[in-house]
Amino acid sequence: MIGFILRRLLQALPTLLAVVTVSFFLIRLAPGGPFDLERPLSPAALAQLRRTYGLDQPLGLQYVHYLAALARGDFGPSFSFRDLGVAELIARGLSVSVTLGGLALILAMGLGIGLGMGAALKPGGVLDRAVGFGAGLGLAVPTFVVAPLLQIVFGLGLSWLPLGGWEGGAPSHLVLPVLTLALPQAAILARLTRASLRETFHLPHIRTQRAMGLPGHRITRHALRAALLPVVAILGSTAAALLTGSVVVETLFGLPGLGRSFVDAALNRDYTLVMGTVILVAVFVVILNLVADVLCAFLDPRLRLGR
Amino acid sequence: MRRLGRRLARDRSALVAFGVLAMIGLACWVGPLFTGHAPERIYPDLVAVPPGLAPHPRPETVAPALEGLAFRMRATATEIAARDGQVRFVLAAPSPIDPRVLTYLPRSDLFGPATILAREADGRRLVVTAPILARTFFLGTDGLGRDLLTRTLVAGRVSLVIGLVATAVALAIGLTYGAVAGYVGGRVDAMMMRVVDGLYALPFMFFVIMLLVFFDAGLGLILVAIGAVEWLDMARMVRTQTLSLRRRDFVRAAEALGLSSATILRRHIVPNTLGPVAVAATLLVPRVILLESFLSFLGLGVQEPDTSWGALIAEGARSLEAAPWMLGLPAAALVATLLALNVFGDALGRALDPRGDPR
Repeated sequence: MIGFILRRLLQALPTLLAVVTVSFFLIRLAPGGPFDLERPLSPAALAQLRRTYGLDQPLGLQYVHYLAALARGDFGPSFSFRDLGVAELIARGLSVSVTLGGLALILAMGLGIGLGMGAALKPGGVLDRAVGFGAGLGLAVPTFVVAPLLQIVFGLGLSWLPLGGWEGGAPSHLVLPVLTLALPQAAILARLTRASLRETFHLPHIRTQRAMGLPGHRITRHALRAALLPVVAILGSTAAALLTGSVVVETLFGLPGLGRSFVDAALNRDYTLVMGTVILVAVFVVILNLVADVLCAFLDPRLRLGR
Repeated sequence: MRRLGRRLARDRSALVAFGVLAMIGLACWVGPLFTGHAPERIYPDLVAVPPGLAPHPRPETVAPALEGLAFRMRATATEIAARDGQVRFVLAAPSPIDPRVLTYLPRSDLFGPATILAREADGRRLVVTAPILARTFFLGTDGLGRDLLTRTLVAGRVSLVIGLVATAVALAIGLTYGAVAGYVGGRVDAMMMRVVDGLYALPFMFFVIMLLVFFDAGLGLILVAIGAVEWLDMARMVRTQTLSLRRRDFVRAAEALGLSSATILRRHIVPNTLGPVAVAATLLVPRVILLESFLSFLGLGVQEPDTSWGALIAEGARSLEAAPWMLGLPAAALVATLLALNVFGDALGRALDPRGDPR
């Protein structure tokens, strides 16, 4: 198992290097720079700024320097926030996004897997149809429609919850963003769980158990272990979607998270902050995919030997 | 093929979804001709009017609007009486009124050219009549005073075209890549699939956002960006299909006949993968539309004066409290389209599945 994990981590290295390289050159080749202001700076000041941040060196050299700093865990200084390092800025945004994403992931899993199971147990039943309809709707209604609707109903209409803001992560401020993030993922998980569980019920070992007269809930437990494989397998991409979705949710609810800060950084041409965020998200996605693979290997011993 | 059609025709959800899609498509392309408003026409005096069948300006707004116009003419409007689509009023000022100021009336979107019925008190009092222009905005206007129905329909064209074209781009790349990888096999296949695995791990949305921010956002770039993200699933699926097809007798026979690899791929492999590919493509269209609207929502997608459902929803979300209908209509159009496409894709999958409907 440890060898499996190590091998996967080694495979991730070229991916991460590609992320760094592509984003580095993409940013540098793009028109516009971090010091383009409405009122242009004097050439001397601009040259001074560029020297301070090392932008006057040849591109290849800048790249090597950046990689070397990165290897030491140094993300460099931010271009748009004076006196702040990229690491600090990311750490701030990360705590917000991870809180939101983590809670949303838990909610989506509970809701999606639970409802998918319920639907699969009685195909054609009321719950099955309701879940089918709800999941279809959940897939079709984008987050940026759900969020304003929730804001109208619970914020403006009923005045139960605040419309937005972070306030240090107060629970009442978390409810609507987490709900918005979780609903579409719950819809995907519910559909997947239902389809996968339905298929598992037809597998020979489940049929054997049924023939042996095992009680229903015992059979379900056995079936669930096999049925959850595809669900676990997509958890990596679910987590990635939650990170991405945070861009919209953070914009709509005015939260100081990673997604919003990324868009702002890109608009400000804050090279180092953009790079840092992209690298961090890539690392996250790689790790989460790895966790999902390990969980799959844990659920299905056959996967440990293959590949 | 004919059996597929029959199966689809028997599936009621597929029929409904298809009907909804056809209606939305027709409305988007033909509808703007009949709404009576050009999509870019701005009515500065009719900003954010709510939906309704009654024509604008409403009777109760005629007097305030006239008083406002009269103020700009440095005069006052009195004895305002609106009847039968005409308004009659008396314009009064301390000094004689130049009749040319009356051009303010037709410039205002609310009234037609004015006629002077009588001049009194050495031209300091004018009795004027002007037609009231009745304009109907079934679904209201947006924050700049543009007809929302027309704009939503025109936005639908952009969203649908992007959905179809970007899907075609993803389809072309994925189909070629997957078929080549699966057919050539061996080391090349392993390499190509390793590349796909690597790309899967990329935070693609972040790259797309970067692309669109750094290089000027335009329709072409959006298409390329979305197509480049979405071909991965297609490539994996086609490869799996190709792997199993490669060992089938008709492919081996074609090889024995000396056909070139390219011809075998084109004539024998690709056509046989089309069934599942069609399902995947149908389900890809709504994802692409969603992705585009997501980008437009962030202000990175389609730019003014062009618009898409995502851009309209973004506008609507911003003026939610003042004008909720501005969110409602584009959101409803988007959701209906996505829902219909998803339902149709699922039905297509069921119709193609030889095991029949498991439900």
